[in-house]
Amino acid sequence: MSPLARREARWGLLFISPWLIGFFAFTLLPMVVTLGFTFTNVNLTQTQPLRFVGLENYQAVLSDASTWQSLTVTLKYALLALPIAVILPLAVALLLGSRHLRGSGAFRVLFFLPYVVPFVAGVLIWQSMLNVDSGWIDQFLMFLGVQDPPNWLQDPTWIYPGLVLLGVWGIGAGVIVYLAGLTGIPTEYYDAARIDGAGVWASFRHVTLPLLSPVIFYTLILAIVDVLQYFLVPLVLNQGTGEPGGTTLFLNLYIYKNFFAYQNMSYGATLAWILFGLTLAITLLVFASARRWVYYAAER
Amino acid sequence: MAGRDRSVHLPELAAGRPGFFQRLRRGQQTGTRSKPKDRGKSFVMTFLAVVLLAAFLSPLVRSLTLSIKTPQQVAAVDSPLWPVSPLTFTYRDRDYPIYQVPLPDGSVKELALVRKGLKQSSFADPFDPNAQATPLITWDGNWRTLQAVTVFDPHFENYSNVWNEINYPRLLLNTILIALFSMIGTVTSCTLVAYGFARFRFPGRNALFILVIATIFLPGAVTIIPTYTLFLKIGWVGTWLPLIVPAFFANAYDVFLLRQYFLTIPRDMDEAASIDGAGPFRTLISVILPQAWPAIIAVGIFTFVYSWNDFFGPLIYLSGSPDIQTVSVALANFSGARVAQDPGLIQAGTLMTILIPIGLFLVFQRFFVRGIVITGVEK
Repeated sequence: MSPLARREARWGLLFISPWLIGFFAFTLLPMVVTLGFTFTNVNLTQTQPLRFVGLENYQAVLSDASTWQSLTVTLKYALLALPIAVILPLAVALLLGSRHLRGSGAFRVLFFLPYVVPFVAGVLIWQSMLNVDSGWIDQFLMFLGVQDPPNWLQDPTWIYPGLVLLGVWGIGAGVIVYLAGLTGIPTEYYDAARIDGAGVWASFRHVTLPLLSPVIFYTLILAIVDVLQYFLVPLVLNQGTGEPGGTTLFLNLYIYKNFFAYQNMSYGATLAWILFGLTLAITLLVFASARRWVYYAAER
Repeated sequence: MAGRDRSVHLPELAAGRPGFFQRLRRGQQTGTRSKPKDRGKSFVMTFLAVVLLAAFLSPLVRSLTLSIKTPQQVAAVDSPLWPVSPLTFTYRDRDYPIYQVPLPDGSVKELALVRKGLKQSSFADPFDPNAQATPLITWDGNWRTLQAVTVFDPHFENYSNVWNEINYPRLLLNTILIALFSMIGTVTSCTLVAYGFARFRFPGRNALFILVIATIFLPGAVTIIPTYTLFLKIGWVGTWLPLIVPAFFANAYDVFLLRQYFLTIPRDMDEAASIDGAGPFRTLISVILPQAWPAIIAVGIFTFVYSWNDFFGPLIYLSGSPDIQTVSVALANFSGARVAQDPGLIQAGTLMTILIPIGLFLVFQRFFVRGIVITGVEK
C-alpha cells in the first residue's frame, strides 16, 4: 500500500469509526453475549449459581407448548399480513400513478399522511374504529345489512383481519417506493406493448410487473422482517396478555415477556436466537428465489 | 392504464418521436386537449381515489368527532356522528327533554316531555309564553317511539382535561428534547460514516458496508438484554441517555441514504478542494454538505419523527419515571386506565400527539418522499 493510499484508508476508517464503535458496543457484543446466555442459566433473580447448561435451554424451548403456539400465531398472521403488505401499496400506487387521475399530488400527500402518525396514536385511533359497538367499520357493515358484524379485536376468528386493518396506515412508504418504481419504467415499453395488441392486464403482467419486481422484492423482504418481529401492537392493545384466547401471543412478544415479565434471560435469549435464525433462513430463501422472478435490467 | 387505439400512435412511433408519447401520457397536466373517453376514465379514477381516501382517513375523522364528545354523548343511544345534546325546556324549575310529537291533526310539534308513559304521556309547549301556567298537553302513545330534538354541542374540554391530567406540557417538552438530541446525534454520526463509505478507499470497505445493511434485518431481541443490562449497570436506566447516546453511533438506514446521495455528487469538486489544500473535514463541510442538504434534512426529519413516534425505547428505559416520560408511553398508560369510561378524552390526547409529526411532514414532505425513494429504490 502506498503512503497515500494508507492515509486515505486511515481517514476512511476514522470517518466510519462512530458506526464501527456502535456496531461493536450495541450490536456485535450484545449478540455474542445473548448467544452465551442461551448456554447458561441466567435470570434476574439468579437463585441458582450461574453455570453452563449446554443445550438444555434449547431442549426446554423446543418442548414448550407456548413456543410452538407463538410460532404458529406468528406464521398464521404472516400468511395473511404479508400478501397484503406487498399488494396493497402496489394497488394504491397504480391508482395514484395513473395518468388519468386528477390532483395526484394531493392524493399522494394524503395517502402518505397516516404513515407519520405515532404508533401508539394509530393503535388507539384504530382500536376505537374497530370497536364492535360504536366503531365505524361495524356500523358501516350493519348499514350494508350485516346482521352480526365481527368483534374484530376480541374474537379469535377475526383478530388477524382486525390486526391487518389496524396496520393499514403503514402502507405510505411502500406506496412511495412503488410510485418511484413505476415512474422509472420507460413509456416506450407500454407503447410497444400496446402496438403488440396488449390490453391493460397484459401490459401490467408483461411490462409493469417484471420491471417492478426489484421493488416488489425489496418490499417483500422488509415486510418479512417486520412481520416476524411483530409484537408492539398487541402489547399496546392488551398489555401483551395474548388475548383473545392466546391468538396474539406472537413469538417476539413471548421473547419480551420472558425478558421483562418473567425475567428469565437465558430462556428469552434462546427464543431470540431462534427468531434470528428463522429470519435469516426465510430471508435467505427469498433472496435465493430472487433469481427466478426478480428482473434486473442491467443483467440482461 | 393505457388505452387500446393503436391507429393514432403507430405512425408517430414509426417516425421515431418518443417525446410525443411522453407528452401524450402527461396529456392532462400539460394542457393537451383530452378525448371524451379519457375524461370519463379520469372521472372514474379520481372518484375511486376520493372514495378510497375517505375510507383511509375516516379513522382520523372519527377520532376528531369522538374527541369533542362527553362520555354521556358517546354513550347516548342512536346519537349521530357529531356531538349533540338533547334540547330541554324548563318547566316549573325542572328541565325536560324536547321531542317531536305527531299530533292527531297530522302536524308535528316540538314539545317537552314532562310525564313519561307507555300508553299516555304529558307534554308542555315550550313555544307557549304561558306554558308554566297552562295545563299539560296529554298525548296517546308510547313516548319511546318519539324522536328527541337535539342541538350540535361540541365539548372541547377533553383537550384541556387531558392536557392537565397527564401533565401534557411536560411530556411534550420531554419528547421534543429527546427527539432533538437524537436528531443531532444521528445527523452528525451518519453524515461522517456515509462520507467515509462514499469517498475513501480502505480494506474491507465493501464487506463492512454489507454489514451495515445486514443490521437492518437483525431482530432487536438478540441485542436488547445485554444492552439493557449494560445501561442498568451504569445507572442510565431512568434517564434519557439510552435513547440519545446510541443515536451518536449511526444507523444503517440513514447511513445508506446519505451514502447513496453523496455518491451522486461529482468528485471533481472534492478533488479541486483538496488541490486547494482542503483536508477531508474541510471538503465535507464546504463541498459535500452544501450539495447534500436535501438528504441531510430528510435524515433529520426522519429521525425526529421516528424518535417522536418511538414507544418501546421509552417504555423500557423510562418506565419508573413519569416526569421524564414521553407522550406515547404516557398516552398508552392513560388509555389503559381510562379508555372504557371516557373514549373522547383518549382521542383528544391521541390527536394532540399527532399534530407535530403531521405538521413536520406537511412542511417537509418533499424531503420526506425523496428520502424514502432513495432508500427504497436505489438499493
